[in-house]
Amino acid sequence: MAEILGRSKPLAVSPLKTSQPLGASLAVLGLNRAMPLLHGAQGCTAFAKVFLVRHFREPIPLQSTAMDQVSSIMGADDNLITALKTIAEKNRPAVIGLLTTGLSEAQGADIHRVLKVFRARHPEFQNVRIVPVNTPDFSGCLESGFAAAVQAMIAEWVPSADDVGTCPGRRAHQVNVLCGSLLTPGDLETLRDLIERFGLHPVLIPDLSDSLDGHLDAEDFSPVTIGGTPWSAFATLGDAAATLVIGPSLYSAAELLKSRTGVPVHRFDHLLGLNANDRLVMTLAGISGRKAPARLERQRAQLQDALLDTHFLLGQARIAVGADPDLLHAFSELLAETGAEVVAAVASSRAPVLARTPLPQVRIGDLEDLEDLARAHGAELIISNSHAVETAERLGIPLLRAGIPQYDRIGGYQRAWIGYGGSRQLLFDLANALLEQADHGIAPYHSIYSRKADSRQEASYGAPQAFANSDRWH
Amino acid sequence: MKTSELAALLNEPACTHNLKSKSGCARPMPGATAGGCTFDGAQISLLPIADVAHIVHGPSGCAGSSWDNRGTRSSGPTLFKIGMTTDLSEQDVIMGRGEKRLFHAVKQAVDRYSPAAVFVYSTCVTALIGDDLEAVCKAATSRWSVPVIPVDAAGFYGNKNLGNRLAGEAMVKYVVGGREPEPAPVDPARPSLRVHDINLIGEYNIAGEFWHTLPLFDELGLRVLCALSGDARFREVQTMHRAEATMVVCSRAMLNVARKLQESYGIPWFEGSFYGIGDVSTALRDFARLLDDADLNARTEALIAREETRLTIELAPWRERLRGKRALLYTGGVKSWSIVAALQDLGIHVVATGTKKSTEEDKERIRALMGEDARMIEDGNARQLLNLAREYRADILIAGGRNMYTALKARLPFLDVNQEREHGYAGYQGMLTLARQLTRALENPVWEAVRRPAPWHSLPSPTGRGVGGEGRLEVSHG
Repeated sequence: MAEILGRSKPLAVSPLKTSQPLGASLAVLGLNRAMPLLHGAQGCTAFAKVFLVRHFREPIPLQSTAMDQVSSIMGADDNLITALKTIAEKNRPAVIGLLTTGLSEAQGADIHRVLKVFRARHPEFQNVRIVPVNTPDFSGCLESGFAAAVQAMIAEWVPSADDVGTCPGRRAHQVNVLCGSLLTPGDLETLRDLIERFGLHPVLIPDLSDSLDGHLDAEDFSPVTIGGTPWSAFATLGDAAATLVIGPSLYSAAELLKSRTGVPVHRFDHLLGLNANDRLVMTLAGISGRKAPARLERQRAQLQDALLDTHFLLGQARIAVGADPDLLHAFSELLAETGAEVVAAVASSRAPVLARTPLPQVRIGDLEDLEDLARAHGAELIISNSHAVETAERLGIPLLRAGIPQYDRIGGYQRAWIGYGGSRQLLFDLANALLEQADHGIAPYHSIYSRKADSRQEASYGAPQAFANSDRWH
Repeated sequence: MKTSELAALLNEPACTHNLKSKSGCARPMPGATAGGCTFDGAQISLLPIADVAHIVHGPSGCAGSSWDNRGTRSSGPTLFKIGMTTDLSEQDVIMGRGEKRLFHAVKQAVDRYSPAAVFVYSTCVTALIGDDLEAVCKAATSRWSVPVIPVDAAGFYGNKNLGNRLAGEAMVKYVVGGREPEPAPVDPARPSLRVHDINLIGEYNIAGEFWHTLPLFDELGLRVLCALSGDARFREVQTMHRAEATMVVCSRAMLNVARKLQESYGIPWFEGSFYGIGDVSTALRDFARLLDDADLNARTEALIAREETRLTIELAPWRERLRGKRALLYTGGVKSWSIVAALQDLGIHVVATGTKKSTEEDKERIRALMGEDARMIEDGNARQLLNLAREYRADILIAGGRNMYTALKARLPFLDVNQEREHGYAGYQGMLTLARQLTRALENPVWEAVRRPAPWHSLPSPTGRGVGGEGRLEVSHG
């Protein structure tokens, strides 16, 4: 439905976009005992590491092939092999995510071939699973890098049903869940709880709620992730009763999983708001053959009540949203459900889902574009990541932090947005932000004839100034 | 950038690394690295120049995940906080449209933000595809009538230090000497005071800490022509050649700037630190010595005496609380001795310190401070730091932000002393902040809470044998 307006200027100002390698790293961090490895210069890794550390406030395993001037030109295959060997030896990971960067892609590195050389040369590390993913940072964004990594995991590790004899429904209670980058660790916890209420066993891929949920582990230190989807889980996906996929960026990965295994797929663009969650509950009821628990019915009724309580504020509220495509789409649908208007929509990168988004226009751009659009259309609230703090300040309107990064807030990664409960809180937060800002009152009018003598009264309110110089306070 | 030029920079003659046993900067190990790249270093060095539009010429990875993440502060313009990048697309890379995009990007920045100057940073991809940064900047300068300065410091050139150096090199080559300073304003309270002009190199105004020391310089009649580059302006960098003395504050990485200012303009320089009472006083004395002004000398001594007396009184309660605490210091090694001295001054026992980037001279100073058997940490990976902390019974780890969560996960108190930190520790006043932050970390009640296991793990097991005696006692009485 939406018209997509491409990038319109040579310079990106206040970038909204975070790069593909970072998104792919994030997906790998959702695997147990994993280490993402960026094939690029040291800085590719250092920047991504600092970025993720500041968002999650956790130590982040991330390594680099440390390409330098000579290897960038003469070939960096040796760097790659050395890096894989060093990590396998020193850190003993179960999984390495081998990810390219703009540098190695521009150089023309063939990671798939180098990986074969590594396997031939180092059979002693055959138990270390390595997933190669092409993620140049001159295309896509965090979301597409994340999706590429998930797709590669399925391509590498999910065997075809014909080859290994997996059978959909053999594990009658297992539900595979492909979790897009729009979901936070807090969302995943909520989703897991919800699925378990139907007596089902969810396998989350990747599972950031098990690795980056911010928990204090018994171990004092680990060079690799301490939680996440175990590698062994991939072999079981073909026996599951169903696959849920959350986020359009993962639909292609879900199709691949279905074609390999035959397990039926249920697609969800997002899980914000009444419609999406009703569908989720109906789907789970269908898979499990159980009725929705009474508790859920109560939560649904609470969300309905919140829709009523907030509609005075949210109806026709003018909102600006800047995010990766999936999240932008999710907020657009939620806001449409509440009667709010998205008057400025900026996505970091192109994606098929944007065409379906219920908006007249979506701009591919940066936070400067968002600021200009928000100003031109009189936006009353911004939804974007922490980079938009100054944007919101300049516009003089509140910011609801969503997406990545959120480094000026503690615990942003843990917020649960989804489900009836999460959606209700989101409505409250949106309404409260508008409420604080609201100045719907009629401006006072001062009659030219009236003599209210307010200024005399005010003088006596101004006590601190009036007495500031008075000696009797000293 | 040519390999020979890079080699020359790596062999900075003023850097004692190149005189002593180590030579140049070490190469990183693939799969076991923990440092930033050359572009990172260049950006750190120059980003605090607040009225400049900083354009990163490359794909989104370089600026996209690094903008808006530094602790440096400005007293005026905030232009430096706005991230700008050419954000090259695949088509740009393949079709070679990078230079053209950059040229128009400069115009866009100039039109909308009216910067004092534009700095353009190369990155790996644009260096690899051969974009001619210097030519584009030259053309843009004459076309848009704003200085457009190339900073050729692509990430793969090497490590962060090299980036600092390349950034300094660009300033010396393109900016310094571009303008004469105004005559120093006369202080009406002290009309006859002889004002001296000085430079500070490697002062980044992290968390605003430069504003702890700047009033001292004002009081002494020392005009800071430019702090490269904390709270700096482009026009200040242009006048650095007129200083009478330079202090290299942090990191030997920008020594090349000090050396070149000496070679080209005869400006004497010294290395010093603003951390710890003793080192602040020494720095002020060094300025007085280089400037060779008897009156300044006397006023400097008076100021030092006053400040040191004040600090003795104000620090007394903090010293009481910190005495005997054991700290493991890991700063990578640059100016470790300065922080060691500051900590010792607070009564803290520094059990070990990082020396990865230290020279033999630095190590001598550390030995002098910590004793002959001072434990020096050459390569401090996270695991090793935690082991050392345990071995030496350290109460706190003092290190850079990247080790923060490592320490916290090990339930070890932590103090951040690197560039992302939120508190300024420089100057006399900074010592009070340092003391307060140390006690805040050390004395917090959470340490006991996070080390306490869940009480049910101490419950008597079905066989009647409890795991932890104390825990069982608590349960039975509760």
